[in-house]
Formats: sequence, structure tokens, C-alpha cells
Amino acid sequence: MAYALQQLINGLTLGAMYGLIAIGYTMVYGIIGMINFAHGDIFMVSAFIAVTAFTILAAADVTSIPLALTFVLIVSIFFTSAYGWAVERTAYRPLRGSTRLAPLISAIGMSIFLQNSVQLTQGARVKPIPPVLEGGIVLWDAPGFTVQIGWSQMLIIVTTVILMTAFTWMITQTPFGRQQRACEQDRTMASLLGVNVDRTISFTFMLGAALAAVAGVMVTVYYGVVDFFIGFLAGIKAFTAAVLGGIGSLPGAMLGGLLIGLIESFWAAYLWAEYKDVATFGILCLVLMLRPSGLLGRPEVEKV
Amino acid sequence: MSAVVFARHAMTPAERLRDAGWVAFVGLILGIPLVGLTTVDVGGRLGVETRFGLLAAAIAAVFAGRLLLRWAIDQARNRKQERDRASTATAADRAHGAQRVVNVLGWVALGASIALPIVFSDNRYVVDTATTVLIYVMLGWGLNVVVGLAGLLDLGYVAFYAVGAYSYALLSTQFGWSFWEALPVSGAMAATFGILLGYPILRLRGDYLAIVTLGFGEIIRIILVNWTEFSNGPNGISSIPRPSFFGLEFTRSAPEGSQTFAGFFGLEFSPMHRLIFLYYLILVLALLTHAFVSRLRKLPVGRAWEALREDEIACQAMGMNTTNIKLSAFAIGAMLGGFAGVFFAARQGFISPESFTFTESAIILAIVVLGGMGSQMGVVLAATLLVLIPEFGRNFAEYRMLLFGLAMVLIMVWRPGGLLSHREPTVRLNALDKAASTKEATR
Repeated sequence: MAYALQQLINGLTLGAMYGLIAIGYTMVYGIIGMINFAHGDIFMVSAFIAVTAFTILAAADVTSIPLALTFVLIVSIFFTSAYGWAVERTAYRPLRGSTRLAPLISAIGMSIFLQNSVQLTQGARVKPIPPVLEGGIVLWDAPGFTVQIGWSQMLIIVTTVILMTAFTWMITQTPFGRQQRACEQDRTMASLLGVNVDRTISFTFMLGAALAAVAGVMVTVYYGVVDFFIGFLAGIKAFTAAVLGGIGSLPGAMLGGLLIGLIESFWAAYLWAEYKDVATFGILCLVLMLRPSGLLGRPEVEKV
Repeated sequence: MSAVVFARHAMTPAERLRDAGWVAFVGLILGIPLVGLTTVDVGGRLGVETRFGLLAAAIAAVFAGRLLLRWAIDQARNRKQERDRASTATAADRAHGAQRVVNVLGWVALGASIALPIVFSDNRYVVDTATTVLIYVMLGWGLNVVVGLAGLLDLGYVAFYAVGAYSYALLSTQFGWSFWEALPVSGAMAATFGILLGYPILRLRGDYLAIVTLGFGEIIRIILVNWTEFSNGPNGISSIPRPSFFGLEFTRSAPEGSQTFAGFFGLEFSPMHRLIFLYYLILVLALLTHAFVSRLRKLPVGRAWEALREDEIACQAMGMNTTNIKLSAFAIGAMLGGFAGVFFAARQGFISPESFTFTESAIILAIVVLGGMGSQMGVVLAATLLVLIPEFGRNFAEYRMLLFGLAMVLIMVWRPGGLLSHREPTVRLNALDKAASTKEATR
């Protein structure tokens, strides 16, 4: 029981991170209908930026943890959004209006490019940083097993909840959200009605990158190590989460992320840890067989 | 800003400077965290190192590069406009001309590929690289059936390649099957996996299909890594027997009761014999694949694939059985991938799950899309390019994958339809064809 509770906490933490990345996928898919394969690598870039920022702070003898976290978050969000913008501008915008596969290939190329440029400029070795947040609260001191929620886990879950709320508010209530949803429904019509489609799409990419940046900082704080290859698996998992929840649906992305996180940690805890990715993809296949447009996705109505 | 970047007209020098300045500014922002700063190990802890000199050099390069690029684009545009004004050829004429060039190119490529090992008969490196190109050509043609013809996005094609390779490896090392016995069985095995994968996901479309195929590819790889009793795990399977030439081995000394290739033909033993034999073997396999696929395209099933690619609902309305059409595309594509896998295992003599990662799938898909979906010659061109770019890059080894990714983006942006875009139906009604070309001409 205690063990299961601990797995629940771990799974939620993991799921929150997947959810944050998944939103980037789902928003981009919703607005221009492409899989942004480079999104996982944008997340990886943000983790590297976080490592550099933390190291700078350590060198500057900043000891206040809230101050450090805020600084790292702001720096990471700023630069990562710039990356999100640049990737869209160079690799995807010129391909708008061509075949559906063209941006996918250029996204895969971008992903390879980002991975290798980080490997070249930052080195191929794993980067460890000293633990930022240690300890936590003991929730339950059961005989033989202690259930604990770490500060970093709490930080991740709370940040995700806050971000999700803010994000939902932004999409449903603000002018930008309205423009974004308008472009999602019909880009031509939106442009006729005076929505700057290119700017909205750019901004969508920057927002997705900003959320990935938050996830990147969280991963750095939680695991304490970063290497240039983390983007691939995290990206695939997050994309799976987005599809599981129904691609194009924001609550779906969050739900999918949580589910994938929970499945992974429970499967790893009780069954075979080495097959946890098989479980993730297996369940994805099962869900899609029963509900071809994901858990919360609207079935596409096709017109001839 | 967007007006500057988006200018449709040729730019004035001042505009070019401003444009390049803007690009350099963006480059500066992007460069600060990755190029300008880096973390290094200082006595067991990380420390920050600044490389602003390098950053400045990179930005200068970006600035100059953008200026040059802008200038080149303007030049190319002017020339093209002049040419367009001067020539009276219609788009249709030009397309026909291009098609003729492609056909001639095909024959030239065929001649060159037959002559290659004769010309380079003692250059191990060239023959080896050419063999790799041909493996990718074959894989590309196989995937072309699924993606280019049937329009089903498959991101896990490498799974079938792996199934073929492991089938041959296990059949030959465990049961002593020869290459030629194992080839059809492994192909059938891969086709079975194709149907196995295809069946549950028939209802999925577009990107849902993509992620499930991607997941399938990963599942196969993870099983190969972890199921040690079956596949020997990450260590892979080694000492896989090489194919023989009708029972003649390519070794220095023959095992008992058989002869070596060199001995039988009275030649002096040379390790090149096997390489050249392998080269011709994959060439024949690839050409058979080509002939097979080209025939299929003219058969009802091939036309059904193309119809499915263009409009699934119309297909259903015409009473076509979309289930069978999709499954046949998956099965045939998988089978061809399986054959390529068998050859790969036989050529390397060693396989491990590392050869079957997602990157490999992505490269094969890139070959199909970069070549121009559905175009057979395009696949050859793209495969050659994508194998040779990293090979040329070997001189500055660390940069080769960087160049590879960059090339993928640039080729796609430069030619979104692929190097040889060819999305025309294989078969056309004659009257309609004429009507279409006159319409083009009068436009």
C-alpha cells in the first residue's frame, strides 16, 4: 500500500513533465497539423540552458533557492522560446502549404541538427549538477517503507497545476487565445478576418517551447543530470501522451501525460522495468484501436 | 521585420544589409547559451567557460552567409524570370522534358552501377559504400510502396528490416540454413509482421498511424535488447554465415567437401571477390524490387494504392476493399524491408539492436520524401545523397550528423515536393490527359 502510494507520487511527477511537453506537440498539431519532431530536442536544449544557468548561479554564490529557480526559469524560457521561434521560422514556415510530409521530414532533420549541435558545443558527456532541492515531507511512516514526497516533486506538480490553469485561461479568455483557436479552425478564414496567422503560429511555437523549457528546468532539478540524448525519448513519450489524450486537445495532452507517467512508474515497480516503454506503446495501441482519435479527441468529420 | 524577410522582389543593398543584420541578431541570441557559454568539469564540479570569441566568429559567418545567400537567391530569381519570358515552353512541355531526362538518367545510373565494381575492382571503400547506397535504395523502394504509393505514413519501417535481419541471423546460426533458403522465409516473416502491425491499426489515419508505427518499431527494438535468450540482447548475434555463390564459399580455404570461389574459377584468392559478389547481389535484389514494384503499379492493386493515397472516401464509395488494400501495402513493403534486412545481416556478419533505431527509420523515410514521394529514381538520388553526405563529412567526423540534419532541412525547404517530384498517377485516361495539357497550354 505504502509502496503503491509512493509509485503514485512518482508517476504523477513524471506525468506532469510529460504533460508539459505534450502540450507543445498538441498545440502545434492543432494549429498547423504537423508533428513537430524537434520539440523533444527543444526540451533538451532548455535543460542544457538550465544547467548552464544553475552553474553560473553557483559560481556567483547565490544561495536563495526561490531566487535561483526564478532566475533559471526566466533565462531558460527566454532562450528556449527563441529556439522555438527560430525553428518554426527556418524549417517549417517555408513549407507551409506544401505536402503534409515535407514539414515532418524537415522537423526530423531539425531534430538531428539540434541534437548534434548541442553535442558539439556542449560535449557528449552527461552533465551533473549539485542537487538543488533536497529532502521532502514524509507522508506516511509505514512499517518497512516510508512514503515521501520530495520538494522537487512538489515543485513540479504545483508548477504544472499553476501553469495549466494559467494556460487554460489564456487559451479560453484572452485575445491571443481567441486568435489561436480561430487559426486552428480555419486558417484562411481567420486571416480574412484580420488575424495575423503567421504571428499566431510563431507565438504558438514560442509558447510550446516555453512550456518545454519549464519541463526542462524541472527535469534538471529532479534528476540532476542532463545529456544531449534526453530529448528523443522524452519527446516520443510526450507525443504518445498527446496522441493518447487526443491530439489537438489541451486537457487531453495533460491527461495523456499523467496516464503515461502512471503506467510507466507502476509497470516499472510491479512488472518488468525494462519493458516499461513496451507497456506505454502497447497501451497506446489498445486505446487507439478502441478510440481511434484518442481519449478526449473529437473524431474528425471528413467531408468530400 | 517580416516585410524584410519576406520580400518577393529583389532587395536593395541596404535591405540586404538590414536583413543579414537581423539574422545575425537572432543567431546571437540563439548562440549565447550554446556557443557562447559551456559548462566544463572543474575538479569534479561543473564550471562555466565563456567562448565569446567563437561566438563572434560564428555570428560573423552567419552575417556573411546570409548576405551571400540573399544575393544568390536574387540572382537566381532574375535569371529565372528572364528565362521564363524568353521561352515559350509550357509547364507540361517542361514536365515531359524533365521526365525524359529522368528516364535517361535511370539508364545511365544502371550502366554506372553495373560498371562500378569493374572500374573500382580493388577499391574496397568505394564498393562498400556503393553497397550501402544500394541497401538504402532497396529500403527506400520498399517503403515507397507504403508511403509513396499507398500514402500510409510509416515511422517504424526499420522494424521489418530488423525482423528480416534477425530471422536470417537466427535461422542460419541456430539451424544452419543457407542464405538462399532463409531469404524467402525471412521475407515471409517480415510480411507477417507487416500484417500483424497493419491489422489493428487499419482505422487509424495520418498521424495516429505514424505514432503507432513508431511505437511498433520501438517495441521490436526493446524486445531485441531485453529478450536475451532469444536475440542475445544488446551484444547482438555475430558470425552470421556469408552467402555463397551457388555453394562456392568466398574463403581462402574451403571446408571439406566443397570448393572456394577462387579455386573453382582458377583465380587467385582475394577478399574483394566477396565484396564485389555482395555488391552485385544487392544490385540484383534492388533491381528485382524495382521491377516488382513497377509491375505492381500497373496492376489493379497498385492502382488501388494510388487511389487510396488520393482519396480514401472515394475509394470506399467505389466499393474498394480498403482493408485488403492497406494490408497488402503493409505486407509487401514489409517483405521488401525484410529482404533488405537479410542482405544486411549476411553482409555485416554481425547484427545488434543498435542498427535498428528510430534514426534509421527516419533516414529511410527521408529518402522517400526527399526523393519525391512515389518516384523510383528520386529514391536512388536521395539514397545516394544521404549516404554520401556523411561519408564526405568523415574528414570532419563530428560534424557529419550535423550536416546530415541540416541537409535534410535545406533540401526540404529548397524543394518541398522532393528532388524529383512526381505525384502523377501512373495511369491516365488518354482523353483526360490531352484535355489537361491543353488547359495548361492555354493558361
